[in-house]
Amino acid sequence: MKNFIFEIKEGLLISLKAIRANKARSVLTTLGIIIGVASVVLMSTAIKGIDQSFQQGVASLGSDNLYIDKWAWFDNDIPWWEMRNRKNITMEDFKAYKDLAKLPISVAPSANSQRTVKYQERSVQFVSITGTDYNYINTTNLSFDEGRFFSELESNGGRSVVVLGSEISKKLFPQGGPMNQLVKIGGNRFKVVGVLEEQGSWVMGNWNPDNQVYVPIQNIFKYFVSRHSNSITLNVRAENSQMVEATKEEALGIMRRVRGLKYNEKNDFSINQQEGLLTNINQTVGVIQIAGLLITGLALFVGAIGIMNIMFVSVKERTREIGIRKAIGATRRTILGQFISESAIICLIGGMIGLAVAIIGSMVIAQFDFPVTVDIDAVILAFTISLITGILSGLAPAYTAAKLDPVDALRYE
Amino acid sequence: MNIINIEHIAKIYQVGSEEVHALADVSLRINKNEYVAIMGPSGSGKSTLMNILGCLDTPTKGLYDFSGENVSQMNDNELASIRNRQIGFVFQTFNLLARSDALHNVELPLIYAGVSSHERRERAEAALENVGLKDRMTHKPNELSGGQRQRVAVARALVTNPSIILADEPTGNLDTKTGADIMRLFHEIHEAGNTIILVTHEEYIAEHAARIIRLRDGLVERDEEVVNRFIPV
Repeated sequence: MKNFIFEIKEGLLISLKAIRANKARSVLTTLGIIIGVASVVLMSTAIKGIDQSFQQGVASLGSDNLYIDKWAWFDNDIPWWEMRNRKNITMEDFKAYKDLAKLPISVAPSANSQRTVKYQERSVQFVSITGTDYNYINTTNLSFDEGRFFSELESNGGRSVVVLGSEISKKLFPQGGPMNQLVKIGGNRFKVVGVLEEQGSWVMGNWNPDNQVYVPIQNIFKYFVSRHSNSITLNVRAENSQMVEATKEEALGIMRRVRGLKYNEKNDFSINQQEGLLTNINQTVGVIQIAGLLITGLALFVGAIGIMNIMFVSVKERTREIGIRKAIGATRRTILGQFISESAIICLIGGMIGLAVAIIGSMVIAQFDFPVTVDIDAVILAFTISLITGILSGLAPAYTAAKLDPVDALRYE
Repeated sequence: MNIINIEHIAKIYQVGSEEVHALADVSLRINKNEYVAIMGPSGSGKSTLMNILGCLDTPTKGLYDFSGENVSQMNDNELASIRNRQIGFVFQTFNLLARSDALHNVELPLIYAGVSSHERRERAEAALENVGLKDRMTHKPNELSGGQRQRVAVARALVTNPSIILADEPTGNLDTKTGADIMRLFHEIHEAGNTIILVTHEEYIAEHAARIIRLRDGLVERDEEVVNRFIPV
């Protein structure tokens, strides 16, 4: 054992010397590994960022929520035409449900439309307008940058008040001061009573509260869509995650009653859950992960081939040196260790530089609001893959060197 | 006391469909503190014999006993170990590591022997001092003259206190004067109690030894004491 450690130590010293002796070549060879490791680390941190951002986005919507809707969001088992033929869920359904339901801590209706939102010369097109009531805020985890959500009074009276998502507020009021200003939504004036705090989950697109505005639901039906042709969603918040199932069971019973379904009739509504969204997200992230790692893995593989190639050249060039070492007592194992540690060191150095490149790269990318941070996992990843790459790509050339015949090697010119 | 005992060894190479007998049937014994020269024209088998004596190669047939150990049956690792501990090589082309300085070149066999770095350094320095290169320890081979390079090689051969020094045409790449210096060094080493086997094709170099073994066509042609041995002064 002591002898083995000794051999490793001596092998490393010999290798460092050899690497220093072939600077230009070592640098060029290392480049392949630098690129490979940098791309693997960047990709894995980016995927992590995407994943976190999805989770964060879902969390901002509230994870103990149920959404009673005409449509099943993530269920592909029910044919779309069957769902299309369902009766709309109406405000009356909402009121009936709200009266009967005991378990939810908060219930709110919501209806959506897309309109252009304007303030003076500035405008944002295709903004998702959510119409809802004052309870809506209690079904989410949203918090405020300025102001408040609309009050019970404003909500019940269907006043022209609006709460802006942070991104919309930034676009319309780059200088700040949005409170109490009048913005035009689809040509109608609304007073700003609140601005939401930034959620920052860029992946959610229009789903992201940052890109939405909220108005009392009556305005949606008054200005934007017909009350009769549009189905609403019931946003239901359970008390906690343990209560989600019970709340769901209760909702199922109440809704069947409200909708007047007979015992043998199928549900003409769906109860959607974050779980479905999460499953969907995990699938998406999984695909990105596999594709991303495959591509970056390829870059690393090319780098590894580069190392292997240069190690073969190195073995060929140093045939005589190997002969000398063997003649004066180096065993096969020593020579094997020497060349493997040489390629491992090249790869490790490359891996560390690649890690540095990835850290700089992630800082640059972070400037564009893409959530990437290189953490300790990435450092371990870079260290491990470069070491493994080094050992694997050094294996074949080192074996060639180790089994050289000393007599032939000494005669080699 | 016998250090080397070779009995009826043969080395046969397969070249295409033909068998080439590099060594046909050689038997010899070499005692401790002998100074032996092996001579022969090219193709006589002297390189093959040297490789086998140096444990760089094993014979196809026959027995090679090296101070009680049966070398002819050894595997690669055992051969490496016996080369490291028992044999000091001096080559015609010096065969030093070009990128390492004299001291490291001399240390190298001690590295493979597992000697600690402190002791290694001391022994390597002593060996270099012994061959008169005390002030050239940090020089690399290309900063040394041919004679100095061969002295480094001799120091490397001696540093492990081997049982035999095996020198293959040690003066082949040197001018006459430097060659004579190296032969004087060998004489001193021999006087100090070492066993030397010298492979050469030069009669006047071979006459430094006390015994000459002449090979021809893979057989020992003659094996005799040198009558007018040349003693360097």
